[in-house]
Amino acid sequence: MELQLPILEQALWTALWVFAALLYGLLLNGIIRKIVGRIQGRIGPPIWQPVIDLLKQMFLRTSTMHGIMFYLAPIFRAVGGIGILVFMPIVVGVPILENFGASGDLLLIMYFFFFGQLGMALGAGEGGHPYSPIGISRGLSQMTAFELPFGLAMIAVAAQTGSFSIFGIVEAQQGGWTDWYLFQNPLAGLAAFIALVAMNMYAPFNVVGAPQEVPVGPRTEYNAMFLSLMMSGVSVFTVAKCILFMNLFLGGTTTILGFLVKTFIVYFWTVFVGAVFPRFRVEQSIRFLLKWPALIGIAGVAMVLA
Amino acid sequence: MTETRLDKPHVTIAPDGSLDHAEIECGCFLGEDEMPAPLPFNEAMAKIKNWVRANSLNIIAYGTGCGAIEMRPLGTSRFDMERIGITMAPTSRQSNVLVVSGYLSVKTLKRVIRAYEQMPMPKWTVGLGSCTIDGGMYWDSYNTVKQVDRYLPLDIYIAGCMPRPEALIAGFKELMEKIKRGEANGWNEYLQNLDTYKANQRKVITDWGMPAYNW
Repeated sequence: MELQLPILEQALWTALWVFAALLYGLLLNGIIRKIVGRIQGRIGPPIWQPVIDLLKQMFLRTSTMHGIMFYLAPIFRAVGGIGILVFMPIVVGVPILENFGASGDLLLIMYFFFFGQLGMALGAGEGGHPYSPIGISRGLSQMTAFELPFGLAMIAVAAQTGSFSIFGIVEAQQGGWTDWYLFQNPLAGLAAFIALVAMNMYAPFNVVGAPQEVPVGPRTEYNAMFLSLMMSGVSVFTVAKCILFMNLFLGGTTTILGFLVKTFIVYFWTVFVGAVFPRFRVEQSIRFLLKWPALIGIAGVAMVLA
Repeated sequence: MTETRLDKPHVTIAPDGSLDHAEIECGCFLGEDEMPAPLPFNEAMAKIKNWVRANSLNIIAYGTGCGAIEMRPLGTSRFDMERIGITMAPTSRQSNVLVVSGYLSVKTLKRVIRAYEQMPMPKWTVGLGSCTIDGGMYWDSYNTVKQVDRYLPLDIYIAGCMPRPEALIAGFKELMEKIKRGEANGWNEYLQNLDTYKANQRKVITDWGMPAYNW
């Protein structure tokens, strides 16, 4: 697709959307903490608590230094989230919200998905704490496992549309809710949404940062400014993932209200699953991911090609 | 003991490993004469920072004594400390409140010092129970620290044996008020009087076996 606005103006708008996504991600996190609190019979924190936590981490003095990759890892993490957001239409039909989509951006986005995690692995490995490499080895082995169903679902969607452009994929689903790929190709949708739970590292796939085993996994040594940058990166990344899944399977959106509702639904799918299931061990989660979602994904691709 | 890591900015340890001739470099803390002039903007910014710090306390999940059992109900539905922004953090790098929960044996004191010095500044400490004030029921024990204040600066004491969770919540709220007023400066005093604190710690800890200052 062609850019509707001058490139500089579009860049300014996109920078604004990155900050909006940061705030939206933090508020989503706050709403989740409130809801989980209510489920457990507590009052729960105020919904702006993640914003306060982020600012608090910024106002602490950084006291550790472990080398250059340790510094760069939060930046890599943030770039991974921002990169996905920048090359994806947020609301279709509103020129300022369409960002820098181009043909083949689905492939680019799949690279950005793993860029942040690999940079994070390099940086956390330099932290020197033994829990960091344990978390990293768990996270990376789980990542290779959920990559497969996720990639298969993407292939199914791209094959059905005949295009790797997200804008084209969204346009192909504009007929009504029956045209959404979640209902057009439910097998690919199921595989992708199971992979999303693993991607968000919610239960049952949350052994990476399992609080009762390895304190917080890869980010054990991160503090103060590093941690605040990492929290920002993660919340942008979360929102970007929600937008991607909305665009691929829920038909995108043409209104701001639709954007809020659909991203909320995508995010809360992982929370609902996480509230019900206990935690897998690493080999259990890999065995599960390579068995059921992968088979469902292959069936989804076969359904398109048949 | 004679570990010297030059990439750490804060404390330079004397060649013999002792702290007798140690130097603390600037940037670690601000002494009275190093404080920037109080501009109106700085005042307002300091107030905002203190409000934010007070409303987001992360307690390091480390129970030193029997008082730790009173910390657990705070997370549950009856008392729910998360509603005032207090959460537990599993590592010392990501926490800024240390609760000395109950009696402190000499062996535990060593670990508490390590955890406390690794926390990013500003950081606060809470003494939970009478044992942290005067030894409590362990006043004649051979292996228990009687006054924790001699070894670590404590910002708030919560008296009782054991204090109820309501008392803990009240204590934490008092700590929050103190932070908002900018008076909870135990971390700064610790660094300014590091020689005294370290000398006291070395008096009781016979098997030191860790760096002179843990970062």
